[in-house]
Amino acid sequence: MLSKAVVTELVSICGRERVLTEPEDLIGYSFDATAALPRRRPEAVVLPVSTEEVVQVVKLAGRRRIPIYPRGSGTNLSGGTIPLEGGIVLVTTMMNSILEVDAENLTATVQPGVIVQTLNDAVASYGLIYPPDPGTVATATMGGTVAECSGGLRGLKYGVTKHYVMGLEVVLADGNVLRAGGKTVKNVTGYDLVKLFTGSEGTLGIITGITVKLIPAPEHRRTMMAVFDDLDRAAKTISEIISHKVIPATLEILDRVTIQAVEEHARIGLPTEAEAILLIEVDGIREVVEKEAAVVLEVCRRQGAASIRAAETDAERDELWAARRAALPALAQLKPTMVLEDATVPRSKIPEMIRGLNDIASKYRLKIGTFGHAGDGNLHPTILTDVSDEEEMARVERAVDEIFTLALQLGGTLSGEHGIGMAKAKYLEQEFGPAGVEVMARIKHALDPLGLLNPGKIFPPAQGKILSQGEAGVKEQTPAAREGLG
Amino acid sequence: MKLRDLAVVRAEIDKCMKCGNCQSVCPIYFETKKELGVARGKLTLAQAALEGELPVTPAFAERLSLCLTCNACVANCPSGVRFDRILLAARAAAVKACGLPPVKKVIFAGLSHPIVFRAGLRSGRLLQPLIFKRHPRKRANYPRFPLGLDRRRIVPPLAVRTLREELAEVNPPSDPVLNRVPNQVSNQAGQAANLTPDRAASRPARPRMRVAFFTGCMINYIYTETGRAVVNVLNRNGIEVVLPSEQHCCGIPVFVSGDMGTARAMAASNVRIFAGAQIDAIITACATCGEAWRHHYPELLEGAEEAEQARELGKKHYDISEFLVDVIGITREPGLAGAISSMGSTGTVGSTGTVGPTTGKVTYHDPCHLNRGLGINRAPREILRAIPGVEFREMANPGRCCGGSGSFSLSYYDLSMDIAAHKVADIQKTGAETVVTGCPACRMQIEDALNRHQMPQRVLHTVELLEMAFEPLHDESRGIQEPRTSAFHRFLLR
Repeated sequence: MLSKAVVTELVSICGRERVLTEPEDLIGYSFDATAALPRRRPEAVVLPVSTEEVVQVVKLAGRRRIPIYPRGSGTNLSGGTIPLEGGIVLVTTMMNSILEVDAENLTATVQPGVIVQTLNDAVASYGLIYPPDPGTVATATMGGTVAECSGGLRGLKYGVTKHYVMGLEVVLADGNVLRAGGKTVKNVTGYDLVKLFTGSEGTLGIITGITVKLIPAPEHRRTMMAVFDDLDRAAKTISEIISHKVIPATLEILDRVTIQAVEEHARIGLPTEAEAILLIEVDGIREVVEKEAAVVLEVCRRQGAASIRAAETDAERDELWAARRAALPALAQLKPTMVLEDATVPRSKIPEMIRGLNDIASKYRLKIGTFGHAGDGNLHPTILTDVSDEEEMARVERAVDEIFTLALQLGGTLSGEHGIGMAKAKYLEQEFGPAGVEVMARIKHALDPLGLLNPGKIFPPAQGKILSQGEAGVKEQTPAAREGLG
Repeated sequence: MKLRDLAVVRAEIDKCMKCGNCQSVCPIYFETKKELGVARGKLTLAQAALEGELPVTPAFAERLSLCLTCNACVANCPSGVRFDRILLAARAAAVKACGLPPVKKVIFAGLSHPIVFRAGLRSGRLLQPLIFKRHPRKRANYPRFPLGLDRRRIVPPLAVRTLREELAEVNPPSDPVLNRVPNQVSNQAGQAANLTPDRAASRPARPRMRVAFFTGCMINYIYTETGRAVVNVLNRNGIEVVLPSEQHCCGIPVFVSGDMGTARAMAASNVRIFAGAQIDAIITACATCGEAWRHHYPELLEGAEEAEQARELGKKHYDISEFLVDVIGITREPGLAGAISSMGSTGTVGSTGTVGPTTGKVTYHDPCHLNRGLGINRAPREILRAIPGVEFREMANPGRCCGGSGSFSLSYYDLSMDIAAHKVADIQKTGAETVVTGCPACRMQIEDALNRHQMPQRVLHTVELLEMAFEPLHDESRGIQEPRTSAFHRFLLR
């Protein structure tokens, strides 16, 4: 528990209504959307409404050596917001104003608590969109998606969050406010600090303002679905579409386990004997879209798709999308626990990756459903298990190890879009090597010398120890002891 | 075990994958932005209690009270989690562990004893002028002093005569409640089965159907005009309407608070009262009462003596709008549809200049318990579209909760009004003059919210607007604005 003095100070900063300390309220911030992680209750939750309040809270936390965990909607999939060491969870959901839509410069400036969909709704009247499109578009905050550098369903054509963040306001660990970047397309002044903080998972600073790039909304789109009896043909189709110079906005794959789960769950008439389904959407200028759609359909036919559908109406588009939307919830229903990964490989390696995943599944006698953003190589192998089955969980852990090893062997990465958080921290060095981890640790230490910003994330636990040793064992102190500091 | 109520919904709790999608539709989360406002937070709290991490305390109960039971989260949940069941189980666990809050204890004791309840409301309607100050224009009152109600709040007055006092227990079709057949609608409207004197004379000696009307408290004690409209419209369609005099509160306010024992007793009593009647259907005009008959009674009484009867009656239940459209066939048969459309097409009504109440722009609010609860949203719109002169304008998000939710608006008045403000804005954007809805609870909330925003729209039940189409001549005397009050009451209410 935080001392009365700290709580009083928090209340004097944010007001009684926006400081939560009752266990019943703290429970709500003890978890996020990541499966199979234990709940950890914070000691307090604050919901600031301004950058100034964030500064005050961060300064207080620094003085008192209290860890501080930034959080948006808590919909991330890496355990990134879980308050491992108690401390203060700083929730940005109430900082939710859209400060400006600048249609001339094609930018929007928002507070971090704005929901991604809300921004999209606001810019729609200008004929603009903010393209990053994570599955949580209707719930995730802009601050959270920038801190996690979220990807989504349109990554192949439109890129991911970091390609749209132009400027940031960040409250640093010492309470100073940094402003970096701005509205100019070109900006090579100094280090690219905007990119540094984008995807930093709340470990380097707290994002309090964001300027993003907007683009004109595509005027037209075509949605198609192709069913394959053969996985290799589905994979070949993906690369063939792209080698025919068509870059679909969306190019998603569902494997057999996923198809069967979706059909079981939603009964939408999917062919359960199929090996793979591709969902393809092209968008842009009408004439171009029609041309591209024709190419896509032709490629699917030539690759021997068992069946092909193209949506003619919005209702038909919704039907085609239904399978993809149901993938995650359907898989989640099969077993009590779902371990969702996002290992990513170069697009050309998709067939090898899927085959490798199937081998791992049979080797460890596990059910793995795979779906995801095939077009950008970002798959979601989803292990279906039961956290209460210790023996199986041990196999799951070995399978996960192998999945990451496989992804890295194929020239890929641990995480395409969910981030490292606490769930994948132990694999970090496998991808970065000691030198890479060392560089990151030095950056972390330079910006957060006390290790108070989202401790326990990104860096493997051993690395975390090294980080805090420089601070005379601050981490070793009990919550009660650290009250005495400051 | 102590938390048996929660344990039975463990599978439901486990289904939740904590994705947080409920945040995007929860009216409370939209305002509070706090995790315990939304289903995911409350579900995790229940889970923590079940796993022994936290005890069930009054603080636990308070967090669970912060829910409108609008079920938007349930409708939007990708994993199909029935949060409504989890909420009820958790509330029941809280009642067992810490009892009911004292105010609810007194109220529920009253609700569950019809004689006490009736006596209480009888004295209430006599005393209300002393307690309430009349609204200068509307048929509504402001509290004179707090008494647990926010003083900015307007509440409709208790009727001087309750619906069931006003009406006979059996209302045969030849005897419409208001006994006013619009005889001007005659020759040209020859097709109008139920309106023309000819057809009236040749009404079948035996009604085409016999239904029981479960009035519910709000219609019996406050919005009696809705009840009259139900009986009137059904009578006009050759249907005999029975109002079993022993009927009482449906018990849902008790049920959603977690007092399962009392709720079960009230359900059993109502089921026994209606089981004896020789009826083709049970009609409700309150969304929550409707849910009680169709869903909650059969579930509550599972394994009880009345289980079979509850199931049978549940199958016979219809919301009034659903009954009119799907059973009577408002658009398919010449009956009602013919009556309405011929009125519009003849010009007879128009020439009398009294078609006023059914003309104009109308919008419709979907009550949560009717729309998501019973899946009824098409029928009310079909009725509105069938009424000549009505220009139906759909509002944005018609299914978004108005924030009323029974006692929620008593406990959290400011939050309730913040939620209602979005409804008011959506109504305003339609330019509608009349807001129609299918539940008296929503009506009370929307009337209050509109008043607070100084908006002129009137609020009616679907069946009232329909009744006006039957009764073009009497709108001025129908007392939408004027309550039926005695001289004494009028004096006091001034």
